[in-house]
Amino acid sequence: MQLSTRHLLGIKNLTKDDISLILSTAEQFKEVLQRPVKKVPSLRDVTIVNLFYENSTRTRFSFELAEKRLSADTINFAASGSSAAKGETLLDTVNNILSMKVDMVVIRHSASGAPHFLAQHIPAAIINAGDGVNEHPTQGLLDAFSIKEKTGKLEGTKVAIIGDIMHSRVAQSNMYLLKKMGAEVTVCGPPTLIPKHISQALGVNVSYNLKETLEWCDVANVLRIQLERQNQVLFSSLREYSLAYGINRKLLDSLHKEIVIMHPGPINRGVELDSDVADSKQSIILQQVENGVAVRMAVLYLLSNRNN
Amino acid sequence: MQVLLSSQQLSDMVDQLAGQLHKSHRDMNDVVFVGIQQGGVVLGNEIVSAIQKINPGQKVPYGQLDITFYRDDIRKEILAPDTMNLPFAIENKTVVLIDDVLFTGRTIKAALDVLLDYGRPAKVELCVLVDRKEHRQFPIQADYVGVTLKTNRTDKVKLVNKEVVLITS
Repeated sequence: MQLSTRHLLGIKNLTKDDISLILSTAEQFKEVLQRPVKKVPSLRDVTIVNLFYENSTRTRFSFELAEKRLSADTINFAASGSSAAKGETLLDTVNNILSMKVDMVVIRHSASGAPHFLAQHIPAAIINAGDGVNEHPTQGLLDAFSIKEKTGKLEGTKVAIIGDIMHSRVAQSNMYLLKKMGAEVTVCGPPTLIPKHISQALGVNVSYNLKETLEWCDVANVLRIQLERQNQVLFSSLREYSLAYGINRKLLDSLHKEIVIMHPGPINRGVELDSDVADSKQSIILQQVENGVAVRMAVLYLLSNRNN
Repeated sequence: MQVLLSSQQLSDMVDQLAGQLHKSHRDMNDVVFVGIQQGGVVLGNEIVSAIQKINPGQKVPYGQLDITFYRDDIRKEILAPDTMNLPFAIENKTVVLIDDVLFTGRTIKAALDVLLDYGRPAKVELCVLVDRKEHRQFPIQADYVGVTLKTNRTDKVKLVNKEVVLITS
């Protein structure tokens, strides 16, 4: 079994078999992470560069740890403090790094399509660690892995994605992935934060009513309001957003069932999630982070020989 | 495809190997049995249930080991891993590795690498059904052997549907 692609640019380009292969491989890597020696020699002849043109804590550490636990050599690049600040182009930067014999590139960029552009121009395997408002495929994969681990399956599972759907690459990757794997998806948020034709385009349900959505779903994936990507006023205040779409203990307790709470981080406590929800036993937020390393190990492992 | 061992011969051989293993490991507190994915697990299942039959009083500790992430030819082809399950500590235990066919010795070398990432066993032994002795590439030998067979380097010997078959190319 091999992936049908030599890059991970987005979930959009993956087949159902690709997704299943990544998730089942990740299960084996999760076992590796429980051992006394949490490391395998698989990628000891591979060098990986982590190019982060945009801020990140979880994703950058998660990739770096995944690479180290596969025995790969890694170098890290942050846009501030590099020649990018002196005006070097993306392609020049990457070509310079590749001439030092680097095999794989993990890239996060604020421009949607930056990884796709690189994939057309350079020979290394490219892994998208988040591009603008387009996709964040490894987050989609680790969310799916966590849902499957918690509920036992993806097919038929009812997943609500709540919050700023418009600006969220996490939402986009989740929608593509969950629909491909046969889950039911409802997106929920203020009308100004949900793209107009999303229902026809991606086959998801749309709801503007939080309580109804939570009553319907098995799993709620709650997103952060991406203030840094909004250049117009889409809701009046964070306080008002929180009153209409924030999830608190009282709301969860009023439901007729116990749902699973997820969040890709970073959490804005008191806005989209209250602390007594985020830290409750219904929340699998820290398991998502743990699973992220295993899922990224699977992606790196499966793409590691596709450039010869 | 040629049948080297019929299912009857195979089951006799399993009983014989189980007898030998039982004789040298009477106390199940100091030993664990580990099948190597995939052929070694198929064989391991048979051997462990045969030991269990001889020794119904004691539970036989049994796990499955996968070498996919430790293969030395990993750059040739990326393979999907099999399940790894060692539900016990191997520290200071005797580990009996079980594989269907011992050929170049590279699989066993990788299996030893995997084991050492789980702990420090007191001793590691190897039990195989078929030994293709003349093709060894590493200094590795088995402690329990069902049968030694003369084969060509390019032949494949496999455990298929409870028979051992030879596939010539």
